[in-house]
Amino acid sequence: MIGLPLVYLLAGLMFAAFAGLSAIDRENRKRFGNAGFWALFSVSFLAGDRLGDLGNGILALALALIAGFGQLGVGAPKTTSPEARESLATTYGAKLFAPALVIPVLVLAGSLALKRLPFVDPKQATLIALAFAALVAAILAKVMFRQPAAAPLQEGRRLMDLVGWAALLPQMLAALGAVFAVAGVGKTIGEIAVQLTPVDSRFAAVAAYCLGMAVFTVMMGNAFAAFPVMTGGIALPLVIGRFHGDPAVVCAIGMLSGFCGTLLTPLAANFNLVPAALLQLKDRYAVIRAQAPTAAMMLVVNVVLMNALAFRS
Amino acid sequence: MLTLLGVLVIVLGFALRFNPLLVVVGAALTSGLAAGLSPIEVLAAFGKAFNTNRYVSVAWLVLPAIGVLERAGLREQARRTILSLRTATPGRILIAYLALRQIAAALGLTQVAGQAQTVRPLLAPMVEAAAEPLDDETRQKARAMSAATDNVGLFFGEDIFLAIGSILLIVGFLAQSGIGVEPLALSVWAIPTALCAFLVHGARLLLFDRRMKKAGLKS
Repeated sequence: MIGLPLVYLLAGLMFAAFAGLSAIDRENRKRFGNAGFWALFSVSFLAGDRLGDLGNGILALALALIAGFGQLGVGAPKTTSPEARESLATTYGAKLFAPALVIPVLVLAGSLALKRLPFVDPKQATLIALAFAALVAAILAKVMFRQPAAAPLQEGRRLMDLVGWAALLPQMLAALGAVFAVAGVGKTIGEIAVQLTPVDSRFAAVAAYCLGMAVFTVMMGNAFAAFPVMTGGIALPLVIGRFHGDPAVVCAIGMLSGFCGTLLTPLAANFNLVPAALLQLKDRYAVIRAQAPTAAMMLVVNVVLMNALAFRS
Repeated sequence: MLTLLGVLVIVLGFALRFNPLLVVVGAALTSGLAAGLSPIEVLAAFGKAFNTNRYVSVAWLVLPAIGVLERAGLREQARRTILSLRTATPGRILIAYLALRQIAAALGLTQVAGQAQTVRPLLAPMVEAAAEPLDDETRQKARAMSAATDNVGLFFGEDIFLAIGSILLIVGFLAQSGIGVEPLALSVWAIPTALCAFLVHGARLLLFDRRMKKAGLKS
């Protein structure tokens, strides 16, 4: 059965290679920090299921300590100069787009086709397709443009070092969400939100639900964590129960109000902080700043839409 | 109430720009201890969830392909393509991308584009090229707006797809509360917000064009 284990094996091997290449990169003063960091991440992918819960916790803690104490540098693998790239672009022209387009095409084809194969885990079809597409595109790019054999791993490491600790943040935040759930943080915030919600006006209840979804998502980093708490606390008893709102409209737009919060929070790291690192932005929060006006306006739009569409009968 | 101290740790930690990985571990310990767990129990709960959420980090597998293409001149080629199109402006490129991203996400194709595989190697260089000549500050703004447009397109497109996680979560939650809702009904009611998001963000992108033009004239 092809499933997540195979994808994790591939990821584990890639990070092991990043670790090895980092260790011998003399240009990077902190090369052993980088090597240790990517090696631990590789261990998590290769052997995470055998480490036990506490073992995984210690591994995550070690990763946080390496990054937190500034032991991550930026590796400098040998790469092409800007001038060389300009002339390569002239030589190869539009052909350069081909491997980049192979990724979405294979993800699309793979996620549709793999589901039908008996030896593939249908629930993981998209992730398997993504891993496969990435592998094919890397090989294709290496062959088509006659790149050195080490280029895919060295260039992958170059980009990975640019992202640095931010690469791990989405997974760490998902783990934090689980601890918050065990500790009942969401429940407590939900209770406070319910107490603050005005119960006598329909519009106020709608606004409180949408705003609550957004604010809670900002604090939790994830609209999925906010949805059960806010919907159970405000939408079901008030917007749907008392004022007879259509549950489909209320919940669909409620979730989208949460997404406005996702656009505003550094806790949604893979959307908001990782791109800032990938694009080498000086301000860690520049992407959030660019999104904030859209998010604020969409929150207002959602309140108006829910108020207009949920109470048609 | 004490468990909320974890949220406080997050807010302060991010505001004061401590390393976010340390902030996250600190917040987990704070809330866990406040809820009466032992440090070992918190670490185990954290480790368990860290392990089950590894799929979040699988997306990094695209970096080698993107890296090799950059080495062979992909970003330069993206720039050259835009320079040959006279009608291209940063705002127009981003509006076209916003529409494509929303439509693709609405069809369930959330993974066909993304920050690592599309924004860094293609979209950002194209937007920068269309904004030339540009100073460093404007370049940063063009990049940030490229990343933002990808997120807006994804978030306000994906909920139109029937089998996306958020729709399934809503159906499951309502079923538990004794309310039956069809996934189709939910995805239909995501469409008005999606259209408004296109209008709102699209209008902002047209204004962005004007600001870019002014910045270009000055420099």
